[in-house]
Amino acid sequence: MPEQLLEVQHLKKYFPVKSGLLNRTTGYVKAVDDVSITIGPGETFGLVGESGSGKSTVGRTIVRLTDKTSGEVKFKGIDVYNLAPQELRKLRPRMQLIFQDPYSSLNPRVRVGDAIGEALLDHGLADRGEIRERVQEVLASCGLSAYHIDRFPHEFSGGQRQRIGIARALILNPDLIIADEPVSALDVSIQAQIINLFRNLQETRGLAYLFISHDLSVVEHLCTRIGVMYLGSMVETASRDELFRNPLHPYTKALLSAVPVPIPKLKRERIVLKGDIPSPANPPRGCKFHTRCPFAEARCREEVPDFRDAGGGHYVACHLV
Amino acid sequence: MNDLLNIEHLSTHFKTEEGTIKAVDDISLHVRKGETVCIVGESGCGKSITAMSIMGLIEGPAGKVAGGSIHFDGRDLTKLNRHELRHLRGNEIAMIFQEPMSSLNPVITIGEQIVEPLRVHLNLSRRDAHTRAIELIEQVGISRPEQIFRSYPHELSGGMLQRIMIAIAISCNPKLLIADEPTTALDVTIQAQILDLLRRFKEDSDMSILLITHDLGVVAEMADYVIVMYSGKIVEEGEVTQLFANPKHPYTQGLLRSKPVINQRQDELYSIPGQVPNPLELQPSCYFHDRCEHCMAVCRMEEPNLKKVGEQQKAACWLYEEAKVYA
Repeated sequence: MPEQLLEVQHLKKYFPVKSGLLNRTTGYVKAVDDVSITIGPGETFGLVGESGSGKSTVGRTIVRLTDKTSGEVKFKGIDVYNLAPQELRKLRPRMQLIFQDPYSSLNPRVRVGDAIGEALLDHGLADRGEIRERVQEVLASCGLSAYHIDRFPHEFSGGQRQRIGIARALILNPDLIIADEPVSALDVSIQAQIINLFRNLQETRGLAYLFISHDLSVVEHLCTRIGVMYLGSMVETASRDELFRNPLHPYTKALLSAVPVPIPKLKRERIVLKGDIPSPANPPRGCKFHTRCPFAEARCREEVPDFRDAGGGHYVACHLV
Repeated sequence: MNDLLNIEHLSTHFKTEEGTIKAVDDISLHVRKGETVCIVGESGCGKSITAMSIMGLIEGPAGKVAGGSIHFDGRDLTKLNRHELRHLRGNEIAMIFQEPMSSLNPVITIGEQIVEPLRVHLNLSRRDAHTRAIELIEQVGISRPEQIFRSYPHELSGGMLQRIMIAIAISCNPKLLIADEPTTALDVTIQAQILDLLRRFKEDSDMSILLITHDLGVVAEMADYVIVMYSGKIVEEGEVTQLFANPKHPYTQGLLRSKPVINQRQDELYSIPGQVPNPLELQPSCYFHDRCEHCMAVCRMEEPNLKKVGEQQKAACWLYEEAKVYA
């Protein structure tokens, strides 16, 4: 088996719900409930799900922005949660995060050149003399110009700000980039530019991505393997082609059929799910999807389905498959 | 003519310290009875300002409808006084917005908010209004209507709130529903429910819909007629199947090509280079010229007119004009 870049095993993250006068813990929001992901070098794993599915929490827990409840996160074979603060700091440049709203992750009073370069200085990866040059290099590879270096964030458009966000992650030469909805706030024409940028950077630098998104069409374009999450649990994982050609879980099928296609008057069979996503603080028993599943049986209401291999690395958690 | 809404040469301008922004610049559009017209475009193209101009929601002194007329059912909305407009809004023209959470009052129950327009516009008694409100909640597909009636907005999910907004919007049987990005903030499975709901109401009631969106998928699913806007101008319009099958304007072509579509993967997505021009720096020209592959000398000097390019299709592009040679 080839060396995996990132191995996440049975990751769980529960947030306590406190209430009452004594602020006692009265329950847990199971934001991430037993999720496993492996990403090889240069691979792109797409994590798909609707709001509240826990996909962002997975990303944040991997880089230890929040602590896990249980499970294991290994990066290049090293247990991320077993590191002393000093060692963790050394590892940080290897894994970088990119967020949805680049404006709120940039300090409005810091010139973008400084914002991009500061991480290099902070990690002692370059000295002051060479920083400007390094920043200009990375700006160029993100499709920005050298003169942008002395500008402030408000002088940029949304697409350009996302390029700055990418440049800031890229300058540390990471092996893995965790991108949390990086194109969701952008207009279609700009979104296509950024998707292409992600792709080109991967080809030239051999980057691996964990690409978190709610948009299946974007994920299909970028990702080699895809995982679908629902209420904190992974319901299906498969290679891209397999998932789109042969979706097995009813939720994946519904999700695929719900995406509007830009072909007018197209008659297609659509699975319209009833009702809302239940609250993750009080998820349904048994299979979490049974309340909205058009095929639910008695068993689905009682037993939690196993997440098992349905053949050829296509994993699914459903009693009916 | 059976136009319900007839907008001619509408311009809406905003004064800023740096100059006047022509957010909507001389656009004309028509919505017929029972028709769904979609305005599609990217942020800043003026699609929402068009809707707000129709509703008389442009706030002075900075913003102003600078010219043109908006005829609705025979009346010019730009000439109505506050009182007449107030009667029209909610009653004959209803509007729903992108963020249902911020359009509902957080300290008033859902029920009260549905009842209010029924009492004001339809003069229903308290009891009749209550009965009608419960019916409406059921109509938009929410179970346990009595309980929802007593709930506050924060107790409901985004999808439920958007259903409530639709219930309020249709409560007075409007002739026109203006929906400004009604599903943008919602998850896809919820979006599918809401679009279904809107389609059903339109079929049942002969209501017209003016739908504003940035999502070409939503357009294809809902529209009878499509209007593409760019930098405050209409660059192309047409019957939906024609426009999608044979887009004429390079911007429309680019938009359609740059949208990733499931099961139609390309190695490299097409992308329109550059970005939307600064609205303060617009010169007489085709506003799309610096992003256009087919840009000619004339495109930089003069504005193209919206011309017929197909049976039910118009485009504003010099490619389809008589050759005009500039040295």
